[in-house]
Parts: sequence; C-alpha cells; structure tokens
Amino acid sequence: MAASSPRNPPPLRGAENQDPLSEMADEDSDEGEDIFVGNSNPVAESFQPDTANGEEPADLFSEEETSTAVNSSITTFKSNGVHSDNENDLFAEVSVELSMENPSTTAKTSGAEFTPSLTLSATQPRSMEQLEEEKDEDSFDMDVAVTNPEKIGDGMNAYMAYKVSTRTTLPMFRNRTFSVWRRFSDFLGLYEKLSVKHSLNGCIIPPPPEKSVVGMTKVKVGKEDSSSADFVERRRAALERYLQRVVCHPSLLQDPDVREFLERDELPRAVGTHTLSGAGFLKMINRASDAVSKMTIKISYSDAWFDNKLQEVESEDLQLRKLHAVVDSLVNHRKELCGNTAVFAKSMAMLGNSEDNTALSRALSQLAEVEDKMETLHQEQAASDFFILAELLADYIRLLGAVRGCFEQRMKTWQSWQEAQSTLQKKREVEAKLLWANKPDKLQQAKEEISEWEGKVTQYERDFDRISVTVRKEFLRFEKEKSKDFKSQIVKYLESLLQSQQRLVMFWEAFLPEAKAIA
Amino acid sequence: MDEDLFLEDVGDSWSFQLGGEDEDDLHEYQAFLGSSFFDLSGDPFSQMGLGDHEGKQFCWKKTHTDSSAEEEEAREGSLSVSAQTIRVTEAVRDGDALTFIVISQKLSGSGEYHVARTHEDFQWLQQCLFSQEVVPGILGVIFPPLPAKPQLNAPTKVLKQLGFLAMGEDWRMYCMALETYLQQVAAHTTLSKNKCLENFLTSSEPPGRQRVRKGIFNRLSQAMEGMRKEGHKDVDDFFQTERDNNLTLTGCSKSATERFIDVVLTEQKLAVACGHFSTALHLCVEQEEDSAVLAFSKICVKLSEVIDSIKRNFESVAENNLSTLGLGLDLESRCQEAEKEMLYRRTCKLVVLETASRNAERAKPVKTAAMDELKVAAEKEFDHVSGVAKQEIARFHSTRVELLRQALILWCEKQLETARDTSFRYSEHLQAFKGLGE
Repeated sequence: MAASSPRNPPPLRGAENQDPLSEMADEDSDEGEDIFVGNSNPVAESFQPDTANGEEPADLFSEEETSTAVNSSITTFKSNGVHSDNENDLFAEVSVELSMENPSTTAKTSGAEFTPSLTLSATQPRSMEQLEEEKDEDSFDMDVAVTNPEKIGDGMNAYMAYKVSTRTTLPMFRNRTFSVWRRFSDFLGLYEKLSVKHSLNGCIIPPPPEKSVVGMTKVKVGKEDSSSADFVERRRAALERYLQRVVCHPSLLQDPDVREFLERDELPRAVGTHTLSGAGFLKMINRASDAVSKMTIKISYSDAWFDNKLQEVESEDLQLRKLHAVVDSLVNHRKELCGNTAVFAKSMAMLGNSEDNTALSRALSQLAEVEDKMETLHQEQAASDFFILAELLADYIRLLGAVRGCFEQRMKTWQSWQEAQSTLQKKREVEAKLLWANKPDKLQQAKEEISEWEGKVTQYERDFDRISVTVRKEFLRFEKEKSKDFKSQIVKYLESLLQSQQRLVMFWEAFLPEAKAIA
Repeated sequence: MDEDLFLEDVGDSWSFQLGGEDEDDLHEYQAFLGSSFFDLSGDPFSQMGLGDHEGKQFCWKKTHTDSSAEEEEAREGSLSVSAQTIRVTEAVRDGDALTFIVISQKLSGSGEYHVARTHEDFQWLQQCLFSQEVVPGILGVIFPPLPAKPQLNAPTKVLKQLGFLAMGEDWRMYCMALETYLQQVAAHTTLSKNKCLENFLTSSEPPGRQRVRKGIFNRLSQAMEGMRKEGHKDVDDFFQTERDNNLTLTGCSKSATERFIDVVLTEQKLAVACGHFSTALHLCVEQEEDSAVLAFSKICVKLSEVIDSIKRNFESVAENNLSTLGLGLDLESRCQEAEKEMLYRRTCKLVVLETASRNAERAKPVKTAAMDELKVAAEKEFDHVSGVAKQEIARFHSTRVELLRQALILWCEKQLETARDTSFRYSEHLQAFKGLGE
C-alpha cells in the first residue's frame, strides 16, 4: 500500500526534468532547490586540478561548498532579509567568492558554522524570488528511498531494519548508487545530531516520525495481522519522506552526519533518542513558544514580518489539525464502507444461490462479484486517503512545529542580544561612576569588561541578524516546498481517485448485460 | 407477525384450540365452522373457473349470491382507473401524520382522480381486501404487502423497521412503495374488483369511516400462530418445495436488504464527512498578497472543489442505491413475507383437514354423518385454497423476477451514469490541478 513510485535515474545536471520529478518519490521531489548543490558542480569541476595534492576530493569539495554556502548566504541576505531587485550572475559571484577563498582555507568540520571573520564582499543582495528561480533550473541530483522493512531478532529485543538506498550524481558521495541498513533509532539519532547543530541557526529541521510503543510492541511480539503490516508500512513511508526532506534541504545535505547516515555501512547505536522523539521535541518547542510570546517584542519593520509569519504558522497549525481530524474520519468511514460492502456481497451471493430462476440467480451472483470488486476499490481508496492525504497533513503539522522552533530560536537570540546590551549599559554606568570617583585600577577592569561586552553585543547582534536572515530564508523555502508538496500529493491522490472511478465504470458496464439477460 | 400491524386493531382475541379430538372441542369447532365466513350452507362453488386461466393471472368467476348487501357492494364492479397510471406523488406533513396524494388516470381517458389518503385509509383498504368475501380459496391469494405505518419523529428503532422506506427525502421511497402496493392491487384480477379499491382511488371523501366487517381470516392466522404449524409436513411436493424455498428466500432477502441499508447509510456518512472536509479547507484560505500564501490558498480552494465532487458522487451513489435496488430488495423481502403468510394459511387449512379426517374416522356412528360433512367441507376448502395458491405462486414468481430485473437494470444504468459523470469530473479536476501554479 506504499505510495512509492518507480524510481527514475536522476537526469544529467542542467537538463530539463519536469517529468521525472512528478513521478518521483512520495514526498518532496528533490528539485534543485538549493543553490549549494547547483554551485558545487562548477566548483568541483573548476577545482579538480587543485586536489592533486592527495586530499580526498569529496571532502575537499564539501568544505569548499560549505564555505561557498557561508559566503553566499551572508552576502546575499545582508540586512535582515530586505529584498533587493538586483540581478547578478550567480556563478560569477560564486567564482569571485571562491577565488577569495583559496585552498589554504583550512578544512572545517561543521557543515554550517558561520564564521563571522569572513570578509563580506560587496556584492549586491539579490531578490529571493530570483534565487529561487535559479535554483529551480538546477538539476535534480539526489534520490533517496526507504524500502524492504525486515524484522531482525526475536521477542522484545527485535527491531525492524530498513534499507536506505541512495542514487545521486553529487560528487560528495563515494558512489552513485548505494544502500545501507538502518533502524528507527538511527533515524532519530540523525535528527538529534542535526538539531543540536542546526536548530540554533534557525534552520527548519524536518522532524522524524513519532515513536510508537504500542505499534512496535505488536511487531516485536510477532503479531502477523494487518494492523502490524499497516504500522510497518506507515512507518516506512514516513521514514522515507523524512529522509527526502532532509536531503532536499540545502544546508542539511551538506552535513557530514547526513552523508554518514546514507553511506556508512555500520552506524554506532544512537543513544538517548528516547529524549528526542518528535513529540517530545515538539512539546519542548510549544512550551518555549508560549513563554516567549509573552515577552514584549521590539517593533521594527522586519519584526512585523516575523510576527505576521508566526501568527500565520499558528493559525495554519490549527487548520491542519482540523483537516487531519476530518480526513481521519473520512478514512474510517471508508473502511466501514469496505466492511459493509463485503457483507452485502455475501448476502447477495446467498440470495443468488437460493434463487430458482437461472438467469436471475446468475445476475445476483454477478452482482455479488461486482460488490466484491467495489470493496477492493474502497480499500485502495481508503489507503490512498490515508497514505497520501492524512500523512501529508500529519507531516506538515510536525513541520510547523519545527518552524515554530526556528522562530523561537530567533527570539532567544534577540533576547541574548538585548540582555548583552543592557549589561553593557550597566558596565558603562559603572565606568562612569568610577571615573567620577577616580579609581584608576578598578577603572581599567571596568574598561576591559566594557570592551568585552561591546564585543559580545556586536557578536549577538550579528547572530541575531544572521539567524533572522536564515529563518526568513528557511521560511520562504518552507512555504514554497509546502505548496509544491501539497500540489504533487493531491495530483497523486486525484490520479488514484480517477483510476478507481474508471475501473468502477468498467464494472458497471460489464454488469449491465447480465441484468438485462434476466428473463 | 410483526408485519401485519393492522392486526393490532383486531379487538377480539379468539384463542381457541383447534385440532382437539374431544367431542367438546368438536362443538367449538362446529361453532367456528358455522360462522358466516365458512358459508357451507350456501351454494357450493361449482364453477370456480379454475380451469380456464391462461397465462399468469388467477381469475375466477363470482357465483356467490348469498351474501349480504355490503359484501355484494364490496365485491362487484371493476376498476375505473388504469392500474399502471396510479401514482402516489407526495407525502404532506399534517401535524404528526402524513397524508399521501394519490393520482390515477380514468380508463375512459377523460381525466384523472386526485385523492388524499392517510395510512389509516390504506389500512382500511387492506382490511377490505382481506375480509372482502367468503369466496373459498381467497386464502390462497398472495396479498400485496402494505408498508408499515410511517411514524414522524419516531425513535430510530421504529424507523429502522421501515428500512429503506424511511430513507430518502420527503418520504419519497415510502410513496413509491405505496404506489407499488396500489398498482399491484389494481393489477390483481380478483382484488381489483373490490369496490373498496374503487372507492379508495376515486372518492373525494376519505373512505374507511364506515365500519368494515373485520375479516376473520386474519384472526384465523393470528389464532393459528399459537399452533406453530409452520413446520407441518405437506402432502404435496410442489408446495413443500415452495415452502422450503420461500423460507430460505425470505431470510436471504431480508438479510440482503438490511446489509444494503448499512451500505447506503455509510455512503451517506461519507458524503457528510466530505462536506466537513470541504468546509474545513475553505477556512484555510487566506486573503494575502504574499505569493507563497496565495499559492497554498489556491491549492486549498481547488482541493475543496475536488472533495465537493467526491461528496456529490457519494450522494448520487447512495440515492441510486436507495431508489432502485434498495426499493427492489425491500419489495422483494416484503413480498416473500406475503407469500409466506399465504403458504402458512394453506398449511393451517391442511391441519384443519387432517384433523377433520381423523375425527371422521374415529367418530361414533351417531356423529359420523356430521363428521363426514365437516371433513368434506374442509377438503373442499383446502382444494380451493391449493388451487388458488398454485396460480398465485406462478404469477408471483414471474412478477418478482420481472420486478427484480427492472430494479437491477435501473440500478446498473443509474450507477453507470453517475460513475461516468464522476469520472469525467475527476479528470477535469486533475487537469486543473496539474495546471496550478504553472
């Protein structure tokens, strides 16, 4: 019942690829939404000769890409995301940056550490929309699938292992196609690592599917019923969508943890994942957001934007929850219809059997068969309702939680900045007092503290600016992804709906002559 | 007998024991037989016309002359309206009761009759038919089943008894069931001649305000209930088979009807759920200039239209199910019950006959003549009933096959049309969606 579609080999970079995208995997199509992936290739190619010194090409490129990412993001989104309409050749800018960044830049480990010491080049900021467009033109480079759930072990120590397969043209990976086996806690572990690293920067990190003690226990115990199978399938599909969202995210894709997750044969057991199940994390976020929203917020132009968006997010959360509840009830009713149809089919079969008149008996038996076929259709439709619509809504409810988390982070950063400013102010007051009281030794200390805090204020202000930029960018990307996601899922839903309907038409057409043949 | 609600109107409870072998019982038995219902002293019906029916209809000539004026009136005459044109067009709410408008076309072609009737009036008609005459063999007629009384603001359990007939808007299904009932009565060669029917269809005054002599045979059935003769073995293979088949079919058709009701109810629930979904989607629409928000709003609006289509599909499918196969199954189920009752009446007559035969054999010489007379009468009655029954059974089967055939064809045609419409609409939606945001 998985909503997975046939995988197409990723086309060559630069090729138009509308069709493969729409037939792509369940969730997000890995459209070239990230400038970094797009950039990396020319970078890689142009830097080929430079890696002759024995460094591992993949690593080098990833470091370069990181720096590139850092640069572009800083230069492009300078003042709190204020848009400008200047156009620039993306690649030209990149090569300019890179020439500044010669290979002497030491390899950095972190995927997204923004080093404030980089000089900001004076390139003009470009509009978000234009960058988005350029991203769209980039080819699809990455395809991830989660398949073949297998039960490993027995009893309460058993677990499900999932095959994670990747197909990619990105040079940062060792091979073009490869697969590894992962278990659920590995996915949770990946999420934990990513949040620790990236959530402070305002990245929207896709949340993983929730833990379910009940569901897993059934599987462990070995219950071979349809509810266990459903549960495993649901989880498999959810894990797949989760991974697809992760690799679709430009910054996260660069993270070595992600790469390791996809590539490495044996992964160390993730520990402490019980603290960070999706629901738990969300609860944390929700509590924090309640607290912070009670704070008074400095009103400025960009803050209005953030306030607005946060409100949008909250109302959307409510709406999606409502939709999810409604779709859930739809799924249940459809399942009920399945049951009723099956029972009705049996009773008609019995009626047909008891019937003397041959033609009538035959027609009634055919009727029973038509109803049986309709039951199958209803089953498939219920699965479609669920796996396409309900899970989509559930995913986005979780994602909105992550979005709220980002806004939260920004508020916290702002708070640090404000607090630092007020501390600085206090220190200055102390200095003034000391000047007046004429105590030179304490004055020296005071001046040192002031200088320290001035540095902090500058740092926090920069942090705040940076996170504001990131959050804004992430949010816009999220909105775009959301529309695309919904649209592609609904198209899929409609296609299945249409197909069901057409088969139904065929059933009726086949039955009509039977009915007419009754004498 | 749950179905025969009119029996509740029967005031007397005539619970006597039949089949006893004492002389005491015999007296009671004689008293019973001596009632006017069994007019043995009257002219025997030499001509029953049993031989000259062709085709599927049961016709018999009326030769009974020794009946009261009322019976005369009740029996003579033929219907002045065309059976197929009888319509029950609507149900009008009148406080707590429903009034039905019955329209029928004059045979002469010179116009139509419009009358308003309540369910009590229908019941009156049914009773008339049951009690119409002391024609032997009347017990062998399969009487068209009258739907149970519709109750407004009734508890769900009561409505459930009506099944399909209580569903549909404005009691439309119920009206159609009444219509079928009237058409069946009017098409029955014997029953259609009942003056009460003419009265019912044409008189502007509501009928049934006159006291109708309550037919004994319904009391008979009720009384016989206590004897549990349903399983009594038959002397005739044809009838034994028919009884067995009927038993199975009654059960099967009732069960099928109930299951189908469940299907239709769930389809209606699905339509309602889709409505909620569609409404909830509309609430997601934001009036924003932001292009991303706008794009999402557009998606929500379009999806809402899709869900609306799905809703309309369910509504149509449920309606089609209701009005064709649902009604057909309901009618089939009730008709099987009607046949069951007829067969039961005949079985009771068989019991009476066998009892009378036994009594005649064991009678003391002084009573022999009387016993023999009783036995002969019972035999005659039984033969008449069996004769009528055979005819009715043949007619019944061909009618019900035809009814089911029509129901199935109509059902299939309507569902096919709905399915094609929906398919077309879905494909339009798909195209619209694919073109979104391009």
